[in-house]
Amino acid sequence: MAGGAATGGSSTSDTYAEARTWLLLPAWVTLGILVLAPVTMMLIYSFLTKEFRGGVIWEFSLSAYDQFFFDRGLFGDDPPRIEWTYIQIFWRSIWQAGAATLLSLVIGFPTAYFIATRAPAQRTFWLFLVTIPYWVNLLIRTVSMKFLLRDQGPLNEALLGIGIISEPLSIVNTNVAVQLGLFYSYLPFMVLPIYAAVERYNFTLSEAAADLYASRWTVLRRILLPSVKPGIIAGCILVFVPSMGSFLAPDLLGGAKNFMIGSLIEEQFKGNAGNWPFGAAASMILLTLVLIILLIFARQQSKAES
Amino acid sequence: MSASRYDLRVYPGFRAITILCLVILYAPLLVVTIYSFNASPSITNWEGVSLRWYADVFTGPESGKFKLAARNSFVIAIIAASVATCIATLSATAILRAGKYKLRMLSFGLISLPLMVPEIVTAVATLIFFNAIGFDRGLLTILLAHIAFCIPFAYLPIAARMQGIEATYEQAAMDLYATRRQAFTRILLPLMAPGIVSGFLLAFIVSLDDFIITNFVKGAGIETLPTAIFGAVKQGIKPNIMAISTMLLGVSVVMVTLSWLISRKDKTK
Repeated sequence: MAGGAATGGSSTSDTYAEARTWLLLPAWVTLGILVLAPVTMMLIYSFLTKEFRGGVIWEFSLSAYDQFFFDRGLFGDDPPRIEWTYIQIFWRSIWQAGAATLLSLVIGFPTAYFIATRAPAQRTFWLFLVTIPYWVNLLIRTVSMKFLLRDQGPLNEALLGIGIISEPLSIVNTNVAVQLGLFYSYLPFMVLPIYAAVERYNFTLSEAAADLYASRWTVLRRILLPSVKPGIIAGCILVFVPSMGSFLAPDLLGGAKNFMIGSLIEEQFKGNAGNWPFGAAASMILLTLVLIILLIFARQQSKAES
Repeated sequence: MSASRYDLRVYPGFRAITILCLVILYAPLLVVTIYSFNASPSITNWEGVSLRWYADVFTGPESGKFKLAARNSFVIAIIAASVATCIATLSATAILRAGKYKLRMLSFGLISLPLMVPEIVTAVATLIFFNAIGFDRGLLTILLAHIAFCIPFAYLPIAARMQGIEATYEQAAMDLYATRRQAFTRILLPLMAPGIVSGFLLAFIVSLDDFIITNFVKGAGIETLPTAIFGAVKQGIKPNIMAISTMLLGVSVVMVTLSWLISRKDKTK
């Protein structure tokens, strides 16, 4: 999104070239100490032995990763079998994030397209309308969603009132509630990059296709969508990645049956029965997954640009 | 033929989906705002308009807890956003106005790192780090963690603004014997002001809103507004929580609107 634009080479100057070390020093010190060092320390902790009331014993151990992938029975001496519990939680997170991404795309694409085809003066206003809710506290948004969707909530009352349904819908504590929550959390991330791509799209291409007797929808499928594909992929990644590791939507809207990675990790640190090395290992696995996705994306983007 | 050319941009149903999208985005917030004015202690029945839950937030049995949480939240947000804005302004100058060099892209990557690492991973890593170096968890740990993730949010509007300012202004000043420092403080910084303000406001909101990282690095018994709200919501949504939420929602909307108006104003110049 703005990231690419903010580094662009065109308007760089070298006025402050001599001071660059001093200008960059605060950022490197702060982020080095508060991001790089912590992630390194987390990697180390994932290879340590757990202390029973949280924390670690400084002794090398692979047991965190072992526990994640293998089941060795109650006493740990059975032949190892694949442990499905945690793989399933990861799989559910990926699936839920995927569903939320699809939902965001289905609603976000037409929205982004609609905004990008408004008169230029109106566009920023529409974009502003779509992004305001993003800046409202995520916790408050998620709680509001729960309030709206709950069994005796306003949505059910309204639907019952109109007579569309005769029994209240139980949406809270289902997969659908989590997907709606995730959609609600990250929708602007879908709209903004697609908007940017459609705004750059050259509509004479559509006209040329129409002159050659392509229908409106053929133009959409064969010309427009391929042209704005980088924006769509960027949007999907920006929704998918934070959805996968989210905590609030599954915790508040999903209930115990719809446990996702975020809750699994949180449980290792916030409860008394926590297992810090295991939580660190699960975080490392999540981080690795995310970095792989971002790397594939970056490679595709640079291929598309060249 | 020419009429149908203009129609090509329009897809039937897209307007309806956009409106549906806005309804989904705003309905939950509107509903909570409306119900925060409900006179009833039940969250289901409507018994008329009243400000009693707002009064309850300020004078009720839990008011002490909320006041303390609000103070913590605002103090942390102001300091974290100020520090992050300073760091982001210096970094943007180094990345956009100090030539091309090896560390340039790497520095930009470092600044965007908090946006790419999932929040829960940052939370775990920060907690582990403070634990490993024996740093007691408290207000200070929250503040430090907030400074780190506020930097990219402050950076983006600042860098966007800086890109729009021609380097010739500073060069002209330096031709007239301004030192580099004077060119920076007297020319670049004043021109940058709208970007810096909007970066500060975004960082402020992001800090004020953070739950996940705060929840991990806060000391026992120390609450910010989001962690206090989360704790209360775990026992069920109560009307006083809706009143607090509505107020916090109002603060966010005002801040973003300000930030938007400021950045829009300097575009029209």
